[in-house]
Amino acid sequence: MDPNWLDGLVGGLLIGAAAALLLLGNGAIAGATGILRGFLKLDFGARWLERAGFVAALIAAPVLYADMVGRPTLEAPFGVATMAAGGLIVGVGAGFANGCTSGHGVCGLARLSKRSIVATLTFLTTTGVTVFVVRHVVGA
Amino acid sequence: MRPFIAAAAGALFGIGLVVSGMANPMIVLGFFDVAGGWNPQLGFVMAGALAVMAPAWRLARGRAHALAGGAMPGPASGVIDARLIGGSAVFGVGWGITGLCPAPALAAIGLTGAEFWTFAGAMAVGVMVPRLVAGGRPAAA
Repeated sequence: MDPNWLDGLVGGLLIGAAAALLLLGNGAIAGATGILRGFLKLDFGARWLERAGFVAALIAAPVLYADMVGRPTLEAPFGVATMAAGGLIVGVGAGFANGCTSGHGVCGLARLSKRSIVATLTFLTTTGVTVFVVRHVVGA
Repeated sequence: MRPFIAAAAGALFGIGLVVSGMANPMIVLGFFDVAGGWNPQLGFVMAGALAVMAPAWRLARGRAHALAGGAMPGPASGVIDARLIGGSAVFGVGWGITGLCPAPALAAIGLTGAEFWTFAGAMAVGVMVPRLVAGGRPAAA
């Protein structure tokens, strides 16, 4: 198997294990949009502490991993202005949809939620169309 | 106990996102670029994640409570409305431009530069917008 595909599979198994741990351990859904939004409410309750722990570890663990195993190459396709605009679009869209790739794409699809199937098919389509337009129409 | 489980899950999630290539916009954009040099790696990520998460839901269904206490999630809402479809469509446009979605963006900010930080900052503002649009009142959770 292509080593990059193996990275994808191993990484995917880890992502699934993380979501399974949160579900079976805490009864919570590992959706980044919902957890981030709950964290940003800053109500400092018991659930907030859990979300803060999740977000802090989500950010810190890759840094420790990079120190021990090696720094991955992570390259942004555009400069600061376009990435900021893209971040706003991603946040607003995922906010209205109540979920993103993790919440709808992994957790929701895994239980065959009708909402999540519709959401995932919708964003996969618009992502694909956008990539085509950016790379082959605008950037052609 | 619950905050520690959440932190362990966050750590696993973050490492998985980096190992899988999801935190690398070029790998993500390569998956969607079927008209260019298609990179199937993201398909393996989804397959791996679903292979663990689907049986986890089956285990969860047989339990009234989570291991650390508290209720299991209720049944999924079947509501399919304009917010869901419109929001997902908009989200996909942003994902297609940048190659970053919310979880990988957070996992990457400790390893990257200003492009990733501004993405994450703007995304954090963005996820709060639906609440502001709803007349300043927080939407019922």
